[in-house]
Amino acid sequence: MPEVKILEEVCKGCGFCCDNVCPVDILVLSPDRINSSGYHPAIVTDMEKCTGCGYCFKICPEPAIEIYK
Amino acid sequence: MAEKKLMYGNHAIVEGVIAAGCRFFAGYPITPQNEIPELMSIRMNEIGGVFVQTGSEVAAINMLFGAAAAGKRAMTSSSSPGISLMQEGISYIAGADIPVLVVNVVRGGPGLGNIAPAQSDYYQATRGGGHGDYFTITLAPNSAQELFEFPRLAFELAEKYRNPALILADGLLGQMMEPVELSDELVDPNSLAENEWALSGCKGRERRIVRSYDLRPGKLEEWNLRRIEKYEKIKKNEQRFEATDCDDADLVIVAYGTCARVSDAAKKLARDKGFKVGLLRPITLWPFPTDVFADMSKRIENFLVVEMSCGQMIDDVKLATEHRSKIHFHGRPGGGVPTPSEVYKEIEKVLGGAQ
Amino acid sequence: MKKIFGRPAGLTETLQRYCPGCGHGIVHRIIGELLVKLDIRERTIGIAPVGCSVFADEYFNCDMIQPPHGRGPAVATGLKRTRPECIVFSYQGDGDLAAMGTSEIIHAAARNENITVIFINNAIFGMTGGQMAPTTLPGMKSTTSVKGRDIEKQGYPIRVCEMLASLDGPYYLERCAVDTPKNVIRSEKALKTAFMNQINNKGFSLVEILSMCPTGWGQTPVQAKKWLGEAMVQYYPLGVYRDRSKEEK
Repeated sequence: MPEVKILEEVCKGCGFCCDNVCPVDILVLSPDRINSSGYHPAIVTDMEKCTGCGYCFKICPEPAIEIYK
Repeated sequence: MAEKKLMYGNHAIVEGVIAAGCRFFAGYPITPQNEIPELMSIRMNEIGGVFVQTGSEVAAINMLFGAAAAGKRAMTSSSSPGISLMQEGISYIAGADIPVLVVNVVRGGPGLGNIAPAQSDYYQATRGGGHGDYFTITLAPNSAQELFEFPRLAFELAEKYRNPALILADGLLGQMMEPVELSDELVDPNSLAENEWALSGCKGRERRIVRSYDLRPGKLEEWNLRRIEKYEKIKKNEQRFEATDCDDADLVIVAYGTCARVSDAAKKLARDKGFKVGLLRPITLWPFPTDVFADMSKRIENFLVVEMSCGQMIDDVKLATEHRSKIHFHGRPGGGVPTPSEVYKEIEKVLGGAQ
Repeated sequence: MKKIFGRPAGLTETLQRYCPGCGHGIVHRIIGELLVKLDIRERTIGIAPVGCSVFADEYFNCDMIQPPHGRGPAVATGLKRTRPECIVFSYQGDGDLAAMGTSEIIHAAARNENITVIFINNAIFGMTGGQMAPTTLPGMKSTTSVKGRDIEKQGYPIRVCEMLASLDGPYYLERCAVDTPKNVIRSEKALKTAFMNQINNKGFSLVEILSMCPTGWGQTPVQAKKWLGEAMVQYYPLGVYRDRSKEEK
């Protein structure tokens, strides 16, 4: 099972990965979490569904995403 | 036995640069230095060096930045308007502490000016020339022989201090033919040691960065202050000059390059008439040979500064003599070249009628 | 579990100071991956421009140099000609390459200089605060065209790939974008080709990448990504503008 890891402290909350990128739509910007730079980082809503396609990683400018398989 | 050859000054520069182990030239045509890129295009091809005719002098100086940052001896030549275009690049190169050699075969200015010899780029050469606090080591040859010899000295000084070096010639020196004793001693570029700052790919070492910026608070100031320490060291160690007949002189002519040749003839005319005249020729314009002026000004009453400009080096003479002596001036701007009799008349004016 | 996607060793650990949603980071990541995948990191010299990505010399994990604005291709020429065994890339923005450095890029392309140029086109001056760039679209607002770029007074944008394609010199020219995963994957392929061409001594390769600048455009990152796909791509069509490997076959 693939696993997406969001590096919360690296994420700048741009929301690219949450906008029509994930084929199974499991990424959202956290409304309540906030990192030390003041950004709302992306979070994974349902890890079970992740296919490990890597699209979220490819569109991430930081990159603040790691994918394990 | 070293070979003696009749050569154009501009050709002597080319052979001097190659003898110094330089294998990279980038430049753009401009009169009166075109013989340099022309011969370079042939010679670099013969010896497996690099010759690039660029889209502008701006590109040329930046190619030097790249080649020199890669740790290789690199040079360009141009004349006044082209050197103005290079000032941005020279500032960055000085800011990154990278050694390069730039030859300026000076012509009349300002603007497009003319193609006659001049010395009106003295301020530009000795005050940095571009933006920021920096200086470039500046050598002033006065013969084809020195045009051949100075490139090697310039590279050695540039590398010793990690600083750009300039050779300030003029259209007359570049265009005239003189015998040159070519040195047997050729620098093999492969024998030059790799620098600990050169870019070559980071295999087996930490990666390196060549840059002229530092945005961290206070850091750029520290960097500039370290560079000032370097400049003080250069000023202390590298002042060069040639003094002739100065010991008993009532008047010492101060002149470099072509003007030093003219002034030497004027000095002889004056000596023939019984005037006690000497000649002090700065060889390094930066660092200016201030020590010899400080010393001489204690006993020499008159200095006559002769320049092919409205008077630029005269400022340094005044600073170095601290107004202990009288400073006279004879200048020919806009491509004018003084004659020995012209300079002699100035001597006569100062020292009175025939003795 | 094995990491299949993550920060490549071709990038340093330094966190990038770019704004949220800036496209530079995506392109940095691609280059960082290629330095490792093509096994060239230890013989690469990168060139950082003047502009937001002036800091690229802190981000790429290889030897780096930072030259004057626009002069990257000239510096690259000096590096490559003296160290032909090294891989030299010049990373430039639109102010750097298409305004200040037009002469340098045109002549490097005309000479078919064996270098790789990465040209980030975000249609704006980012670092200086959103002024009009040579690539700013007609009607597009910037801090020096507050009512939108007036083509009567401020002229037309420059299409760099089309302009360079009018020269015989360049070996490879392609325009890509980084607004969607599909386009990012296309950019990865184009950049790989551009580096491979240099490795194989083919000559000048330039990849133009349309990139988001949400701050300069006055948009949210997601709006910016959308606007790039809708408006920018219309003016700057994606595709290969020169590929001499095709002519060689």
